[in-house]
Parts: sequence; structure tokens; C-alpha cells
Amino acid sequence: MKARLSLTVNGETHDILVPVHKTLLEVLREDLGLTGTKHGCELGECGTCTVLVNGEPVLSCLALPADLADAEITTVEGMAEGGRLHPLQQAFAELGAAQCGYCTPGILLTAQALLADRPSPTRQEVKEALAGNLCRCTGYTKILDAVELAALRMGAPR
Amino acid sequence: MSVESGGSSAGSARATDGGRFGRGAEPPSEGKHEFAVIGRPLPKIDAWAKVTGETRYADDFFLPRMAYGRLLRSPHAHARIRSIDATRARALPGVYAVITGADLPRVKFGILPVSQDEEALCTEKVRMVGDAVAAVAAVDEETADHACRLIDVEYEPLRALMSIEESLAHPEVRIHEYGDGPNVHKNVALQFGDVEAAFARADLVREDVFFYEGNTHLPMEQHAAVASAGPDGKLTLWSSTQTPHYVHRLLAKILEMPAAHIRVVATPVGGGFGGKLDPFAHEIAACRLSQLTGRPVKIACTREEVFYIHRGRHPVLMWIKTGFTKHGEITGCHLRTWLDGGAYGSYGVASTFYTGVINPVTYKIPVYKFEGARVFTNKPPCGPKRGHGTPQPRFALECQIDKAAEQLGLDPAEMRKRILAEPFTKTANHLTVTTIGLGECIDRVVEASGWRAKWGGWRSQSEGASAAPSDNRRRGVGIACSAYLTGAGTAVYWNSMPHSGVIVRADRSGGVAVLCGATDIGQGSDSILAYLPAEILGIDPKDVHVHPADTSLTPVDLGSYSSRVTLMCGMAAIQASQRLREVVARAVARKLEVDPGALAFRERKVGVPDDWEKAVDFAQAVELAEAMHGVLAFAGSYAPPKRAGKYKGGGVGPSPCYSYSACVVELSVDEETGEIELHDVWIGHDIGRALNPLLVEGQVEGSVYMGIGEALMEGQVFRNGVHKQPSLLEYKSPTTLETPEIHTFLVETDDPEGPFGAKEAGQGPLLPVIPAIANAVYHAVGVRCDEVPITPEMILKGLELRRRGKAARVGPERIPRFTFKEPVVVESAFGQPADAIAVRPFAQ
Repeated sequence: MKARLSLTVNGETHDILVPVHKTLLEVLREDLGLTGTKHGCELGECGTCTVLVNGEPVLSCLALPADLADAEITTVEGMAEGGRLHPLQQAFAELGAAQCGYCTPGILLTAQALLADRPSPTRQEVKEALAGNLCRCTGYTKILDAVELAALRMGAPR
Repeated sequence: MSVESGGSSAGSARATDGGRFGRGAEPPSEGKHEFAVIGRPLPKIDAWAKVTGETRYADDFFLPRMAYGRLLRSPHAHARIRSIDATRARALPGVYAVITGADLPRVKFGILPVSQDEEALCTEKVRMVGDAVAAVAAVDEETADHACRLIDVEYEPLRALMSIEESLAHPEVRIHEYGDGPNVHKNVALQFGDVEAAFARADLVREDVFFYEGNTHLPMEQHAAVASAGPDGKLTLWSSTQTPHYVHRLLAKILEMPAAHIRVVATPVGGGFGGKLDPFAHEIAACRLSQLTGRPVKIACTREEVFYIHRGRHPVLMWIKTGFTKHGEITGCHLRTWLDGGAYGSYGVASTFYTGVINPVTYKIPVYKFEGARVFTNKPPCGPKRGHGTPQPRFALECQIDKAAEQLGLDPAEMRKRILAEPFTKTANHLTVTTIGLGECIDRVVEASGWRAKWGGWRSQSEGASAAPSDNRRRGVGIACSAYLTGAGTAVYWNSMPHSGVIVRADRSGGVAVLCGATDIGQGSDSILAYLPAEILGIDPKDVHVHPADTSLTPVDLGSYSSRVTLMCGMAAIQASQRLREVVARAVARKLEVDPGALAFRERKVGVPDDWEKAVDFAQAVELAEAMHGVLAFAGSYAPPKRAGKYKGGGVGPSPCYSYSACVVELSVDEETGEIELHDVWIGHDIGRALNPLLVEGQVEGSVYMGIGEALMEGQVFRNGVHKQPSLLEYKSPTTLETPEIHTFLVETDDPEGPFGAKEAGQGPLLPVIPAIANAVYHAVGVRCDEVPITPEMILKGLELRRRGKAARVGPERIPRFTFKEPVVVESAFGQPADAIAVRPFAQ
């Protein structure tokens, strides 16, 4: 069964016709061409497919677009504003926090939600916020460093 | 970071620099600021694409008219295939094609020429749960999935052999019909000198048995491939592979079509660690389905399938006997290893050798004997995971040294420093070692960790270091060291061609294109391919456009394995860039009427340093050179020095140079629950030279992390022929919460074999972490865990043994009944001077 839906992603509203059981992850990638959101397990176990729904991290492999008609969805493609990278993206690039880069979109968005909630988190708070996002490349060290650097820069007077 | 050129242990036997920096280069002056790009913590050139989600991995390819493929995999660990009937599947609306092994040429293949034992789609037998038997292409994944369930396969189950002991005990059940005996894939024995005489000379001889459980790479990206067969009969495959060249060669063989009509593109790989180094069923099936349907076909594997693809860490049982003098010197070592290879050969012959050949590179081991056997079982095939065959014997040796140090009353850090191998010598098994920064690595981690105060001697276990009497947690520290190769000295198939090739092309914009077959798997090889030409040509890395891993465009690079890429591609890139630079220098010299040798290349200009205002822009210099020379495209080639030992088996182990690591771990063990909490890891790594310290640190930290997983939680376990935890939730791997602070110290030895002196960083730093943790556990609670992963149950069992007055050791109790081959007996080459440096093919 297909449903006609209206989905707001990165500030743009899309009218789509999709099977009702198709996950947000699949719709983002296959129907909207937003391939920055990655598959990791499709079982809600690895955090790779994290997007923001009304600012909160959500595993897109477990979310159904039918439930999200009135929601604001943010993917990694929506982090930069007007061609200017989000401070988290800048810090991740500068500090080598993305190696293979596959977990990076999910981690960036989880971190963005954290910093919106707690602008100056402790390292332990960063660790706890990211505990649901697996990374197999970095040993997390540079990721934690990058989140801290971004927090510092975002807190600094412009 | 330590930047003294080598320290005392690195040796000064430097050969001439002609081979290092390529022909025509001025030798760099000493000092830290000699380079504009090298040694600087620059972002990776692909960092921006990765943080914006723009990087296109294989699964991100959506081509017009593309069909979606799916493999049907065996539910049986071992079974004969009686029949496959796809009638119902073919009749399903939306299905474009269904294939079985009958639709492919009857060609067996394997990554190693000696182990051609795989079929993309099994025709007669399945040898593990997850073996593919059929494939479907359909309008979408859901339909393909549905169609797979409509394929009727009749199996005749056979006895499944799920362990080394079971496979050896049942020679009447044969998993394969080839090998060195029933269910024995490979049986090797090498002897370098008389180990029995060495043991007779020793003050202490220890025999220990260790077991290292298998584990898997677990890349975050599941394997995916998109194949597109054109109407011209040509075929393109985009795949998340670490070895496009080997896939290219093998596709030609498997599909029985000319290699010239196949193009393999390695897409950016979302984590490899060795798990994407073989040609796989999904790649081959995608190609065949595309040929049959005339559509592009994508097959993206599920997470569960990735566990069956595997090729990960071999479970290895080890017996190690070592003689020590009372001062801790090793008189000789005898190692036996039994590898559980799983259902197919894969890289297993190489893995078997690697369980034996690298240990002698670290310490002085004057005589050495190694016997190894790889056994087939009905489990997913093991292969090359980060460290390939060497973490297991490293765990055994480093834990045994810890035990010997205690018996001899020696500080295990001091003892190791005393027995370090000599730079620029050969090992017992004829491996040539160049620089060794291990002594400095040990010094750095000992100092930074406060080792002496924290270790504080061998204490009796009744006086554990707990914070308070009510606290059940005991703190401990442990140390271990290791060595690893910087690139395999021989190719997977023997040949005399370069192992790596690079084309550097300058255009009139001042931009430089670099073409190389190397695959970026996150380690940063694309960036290295930009940094080195930028350094030599005096331009910004941003001016360099790297085009990697496309078999129809790029010169061959053998692949991202054996820590070979930075060194081999790097040397080829240097050579190609030097050739371009020479021509540009000649043209600029003619214009400025100066000697080409007087010119410097920096700040996007070429000129005489003392007359820099006359320097010409690099773009203009390129135009002058193109006018003089024609199109500016230059190739560089690299092959390692030919130093294989002159004995059968001598081809595995040689490397241009070896990296070294030393690691100290501090942890707490809860005596009530057996839980281990890691606090800090200090790791010193001899990197030769850090071309980009940021990337090197990243490799070291990632290696430490992966070592922690192997030491404490990761294990592939099977029950009744079935993988117990083929999911990311049940297969435990460290999260941010289990990963401690990692303190990295880079030691630079400026190795004469490496590009600007660089060695590897991607694999070696994993090795010492596992034994350092085991040794720290012992230091904390007095329990010897001779098996990994170390679980709370093992700790509690060891503590219980101690309470009952028994030896607090947990680990394997016995070794299999097995007859190794008569050894190949070769004289030990221990202590002989190294062969000449920089005698390499293609160096001129």
C-alpha cells in the first residue's frame, strides 16, 4: 500500500508517494536522493543512519515517514548554511575526525543535537551522547576532540 | 612528537639518499622546517566531502534503469546441493533474472593462486552458513528478497566440522579435496638453527599454550557493488573493494572474458580493515546479472551477510617454547600455531606463514623454529584482518615474556629494552630489518605512563593496589611491544612488474592530476598522493587532483593491504613528481638563464632562492615546460627490494622496512564482578617519518581501539553450525564508553626505504595492545589470561582458582594431536648485516 506524504527535510517540503512500510532511511536515500545518510545495520543498532527530527536524534532506519508529516527533518546535507560549514563539520575535517567517513554524518548530527542542548559539554557528556554511534576507524579520540573544539568555537563571541 | 632523527637505537648506517628522494632531488637539509607540506597536520583532501555527506560510496550509486540484486545463501553449514529450482522465483512479477552456478563458467577462483577453491554461486556443495547458491535481479530489493524465498533448493546435509579438533578428528568428512591432508589446508615447518641446543643453553625455558579467538572487521559500510554491462560487451564494476586490481584480474577469469573489456572502480571504502580484499560472490553475481538483464545491477549486502563474508581474524591455538638467560636474553624460540581457517582458502596460506614469521623482527632471537597448520572448518572463511596473522603470536610471545620477566625478577620494560633487535641486520629467518625506533618507543611510554611508580615491581597478589579496603577494584599496568611490515615484499601473484604505479600530469592551469590505483579506505591514501607531489613541486595540496582506483585509468597499485600504500604509492608518486619537476626545472632554467639545479620549487613558484622576485608562477613554468617538452605526464614505479630468503616460504615476511610499537595499558579489574575498566593507553609508534602526524595519530588511535575490542569483547562464536551473533548489537565492539584515553607518541627514525623516511601506521599499533591488556590484568589481580577475549567470567574463574590454591591461569589446556611436516632447515641469518639499501627495481 502506498501513501501520499508531505515530508519536510532540510527546510524543503517534498510531496512523495511511497509504500507505507518504507523507512525514513530508504525514502531519504532512494526517493529524495539524500545519500549522505548511510545504512549501517537497518536494525537500530549502530547509529550510522541518525538524522534529526525536530532537533532530536532519530535512527532513520527505524522511523516511518508516515509518522513524520509535521516534523522538521535534518540530514547531514542540511547542516551547512548558505555554503558555510557547520562548526562541527569544520572541526571534524580539520582534526581528522572522519577517516572512512561512513559513520560521520550520523555522529555529526548526534553531536549537533548535543550542542544545541548543552553548549559546553564535558568530555564524558560527549562520550555518553555518542555512545550509540559506532565508529570502527578512529578510536573516537579525534571525534571527541572535534566536538569539543566545535563547542568552544560556537561558544566564543563572533 | 619526537623528531630526533632516530635516537640512539635507530642506527646510523644510512645509505646514500639517491634512492630515497628520487633522482635529481636535492637532499633536504636537516631540521624540522625543511618541508612545506610533509610533517604538517593538514586536513585530508577528502575531509570536506566526508563531513558534508558528499562522498559517494558504492551503495550511493543509483544508475538509470538499475535493478536490485540479492543473493540466496545456504542455511546449512555443510551440505550437498541436490537441486535448485528457480521456476517460482522467475515467475514473480518484477523479477528480471535468477541465476545459479550453472549460469556462470565452471571456474573456481581464490585470491591466492594456490587456493582456487571458491565458487561465486555453489554448484555441488555448500561449506558454511552463508555460502551463496543463487542470485536474483529485480525491480527493487523487496521483490528480489521475495524471489529468493521462492527458490527451491534441496540440500543433503553433511556433518559440519566446527573446530580444529573436529576437523582433524574426522578425516572421513572432507570439506575440500585439496590441501596438505584431510581438512588441512596448509602445513608448514621452518627451522633456522638448532632450537634444542638453544634451550639447553638457557637458564629458563618456558612452554605456554595460548588461544586467540577469531573476530571480524565490522566495517560500518556493508559491502556493496554496482555492475553495468554495456551493449558493447564491456563491463564496469563499482565496488567497495580494497583491491580493484585483483578483482579485475579475477573477474576476467571467473567470467571468462577479456580483462581489457572489464573496468573495476573502487569507490571510497567505508571501512576495510582487510575485509574487502577478496573477490566476492555479490560482485560476481552483480556482473553476471547485469550481462543477462542489460541493466545496471546493484547488490548491497545486509549486515548479517557481512558476517558471512568475513575473511577476518583466524582463531589460533599456539604453543610457544622459549629459552631465556637469567638476564632475559632469548636463546631460541619454537612456535607452533593451529589456525581455524573456516570454509575457504582466501589469504590463508599467507596468514599461516604470518603467524610465524614476524615475531623474530622485534627482539634478538638467534635461533627459531616455526610450525603452522591451517585447518578447514565449516565456518565463514578467515583471512586478513588488520595485523594479518601476527596479533595472535604477538599475544603469545609478549605474555610469555611477561611471565619470564616475573620468574627472572626483571622489570618487563627493562627486559624488553635489553633484547631489542639490532638495526640494519637480518633476523634468524632471513628478514632484513632497517631502522628500529622501538627503544625510544618504550622510553616514551614508560615515562609518560609513570610506569616505574605504577608497576612498582612484582608484588604478591594479596596486596593488590585498591583505592580503599571496601573497593573491589584493583589497578594494574602492563606493557608489550611489536613490529609490523610496511608492505609485503612480494605480490599475491608472482611477477616482475611494479607493485605500485603513479602518473603525474601537469596542466596549464598549474593544477596537477595524480592517477594511481590505490584505494582510500579511510587511511588517507588519496591525501598522501596529493601531499607528496605538492611537496616536490612546491604547490598546495589543494592544487592536486587525485584520481584513484580505476583500472581503466590508473596504473596498477596492488591494493590497500599489508600496510603497503603510503610506502609503495608514495615512492612511485615521488619518482613521477621528480620526473615532472626535472622537465619544468629545465624549462624555467632556460628562461631565467640559470642552472636547473639552482632552482627551488615553493609557494607555487619556481625560481632561484637568492633572486626570488624573478621566480615564475608554477602555472607559467608548466606552460614553458609544455612548450619545450610536449604534454607533461610522467610515470613513477615502485617495487620493493628483492630480499626474500632463499628457501621455500621465504616470500612471506620480507618488507622494505618494519614499524615498531610499544604500549602501556592501565586498567582496573573488579574482583567482585570480573569487569575490566581501561583507564589509559600510552602507545609509542616508530613511524619512520610522519608525513601527516594527524593522520598517523588517527591510524594509531584506531589500531589501539580495535586491539581493545579484540582483547576484551570481540569474538565470532558459533553454535550448531550457526553464527551466534551476526549483528552489530550482539557482536560486541567498543563504544565511546569502553574506549579509554589514548596517548600517542610518534617516534621518527627516517627510514632509508620509505618515502621521506616514512613507515606504516595502519596495522602495527594494534599488536601490542592485546598482550599489554592481558599483562595489566595479571598485574592487577594475579590472573593469567592466556586466551582472548578476556571476559569477566575468565577473571572470576582465575580468582576462584587462586582461592583454591591453584595456579590462577585461564586458557587452553591442551594442543591437538597433529604431525607437522619435516621442517625446511635453513641456517639462521641472525645478526648478519642488512643487504644494501635502495637496490630496487625501477629505482632509476
